[in-house]
Amino acid sequence: MSSENSLSKEDQNPAVDGSELIRFDSVTKRFGSNVVLDEMDFTVSSGKHVTLIGPSGSGKTTILRLLMTLLKPDDGTIKVAGDYLTHEERGGQLVPASENHVREVRKKIGMIFQQFNLFPNMRVLRNVTEAPVHVLGVPKEQAEERALELLEMVGLSEHVNKYPTQLSGGQQQRVAIARALAMKPQVLLMDEVTSALDPELVAGVLDVLRDIAHTTDITMLCVTHEMNFARDISDDVLMFDAGRVIESGAPEKIFSDPEHERTREFLSAVL
Amino acid sequence: MNSWDWSNVDTFMPRFWDGLLVTLQALVLGTLIAFSLGLVWAIAQRSENTWIRWPVTAVTEFIRNTPLLVQLFFLFYVLPEWGPAMSPLTTGIIGLGLHYSTYTAEVYRAGINGVPIGQWEAATALNLPKTRTWTAVILPQAIRRVVPALGNYVVSMLKDSPMIAVIGAFEMLGEAQAYSNETFTTEAITIVGVAFICIAYPASLLIRVLERRLVQ
Repeated sequence: MSSENSLSKEDQNPAVDGSELIRFDSVTKRFGSNVVLDEMDFTVSSGKHVTLIGPSGSGKTTILRLLMTLLKPDDGTIKVAGDYLTHEERGGQLVPASENHVREVRKKIGMIFQQFNLFPNMRVLRNVTEAPVHVLGVPKEQAEERALELLEMVGLSEHVNKYPTQLSGGQQQRVAIARALAMKPQVLLMDEVTSALDPELVAGVLDVLRDIAHTTDITMLCVTHEMNFARDISDDVLMFDAGRVIESGAPEKIFSDPEHERTREFLSAVL
Repeated sequence: MNSWDWSNVDTFMPRFWDGLLVTLQALVLGTLIAFSLGLVWAIAQRSENTWIRWPVTAVTEFIRNTPLLVQLFFLFYVLPEWGPAMSPLTTGIIGLGLHYSTYTAEVYRAGINGVPIGQWEAATALNLPKTRTWTAVILPQAIRRVVPALGNYVVSMLKDSPMIAVIGAFEMLGEAQAYSNETFTTEAITIVGVAFICIAYPASLLIRVLERRLVQ
């Protein structure tokens, strides 16, 4: 793969100094009477690859969706690179953020979805260039050039003029990866990105992500049930249960010698 | 009994062409209004602003649930009390377009609701502006799947178009009726009946083709 030249370190965000990139301050999220996140505090340092594991309904995906502003927190604040995401300071007061403020902060975040969510009305190439052209204002030729590099990196050079429905699930997910990277996010959120794939297509997608993890400085937050992949790319693993992080640490530690009984149960069920 | 008299056909034909022109004008322009205004209603009904959503819902429900005939009379005889008077044809076109826009709004709404939520989420994740999300992502997918349903309303509108004769816009049926009343003959009405079929049937065939092509 030619990822070195298409996604070099300089190409990505400059501020990779291990400083705090994401901060949740007592964030609470409820769905009806169901408290999914209960005064959650957590931080992610710049450049880290963090995997969130835990039983379904434990709040992992909610974290990603809150960060992507697909959900609004009921309480608490979220900061991205020092800026409030859903709030802004006005006259010394913290008020709900304006659309412009949210968009400015959200620029730093990209996401890959379980169901790919490619735009079926656009060819592969335009799926990748649409946002750079219409959000970042990159000239079309330049956006296409970069999109072709990214599509080559994910191994889809021959498919740039196809529509998403003409591709396999694995290929679609790799387009989605290229599409997210084209926006040069500082943080990449991955929400069970291989769960909807046929088993034989999973490896191709994970290879691409592993490659990105090892050759770039993008901060990654990953919800996955692929424990081998988690072990491979993660700096930190957070074990969720009932809206709280019950255990965290390096993957070697969590996977081989978990402290918590719930973690042990969970791992023996999925591994 | 009357038998078919070609001389009636000959004398009616010039008026038939006049009427056909009015019918087609009403249909084409009425469709343009119905399609564009319906889209405006559908998008406004999804607004987060109650002061936009509520009045639009009220007005469209009102128009959809009152007869077109009453609306035509209102536009032609009552509205000029406050506003400018319009020609019968203009009034007819606006009446048809406005009435049918409340139906196309429902069609668009179904189409928009049919676009998977993941498409909105992907647009958010890519930080696309609201307008761009609508024009580049949502509407192309929504409209594609409702083209056949929209087409059906064009055929409906064609069949409702004779109503505009009541305010004096003599489309083909109006012309035929006037001719028949003057001459006590039936040829003119027959010609118009055939003309309606000649427009409506190919149109519905076309809609079926579109349906097969666009809606998978």
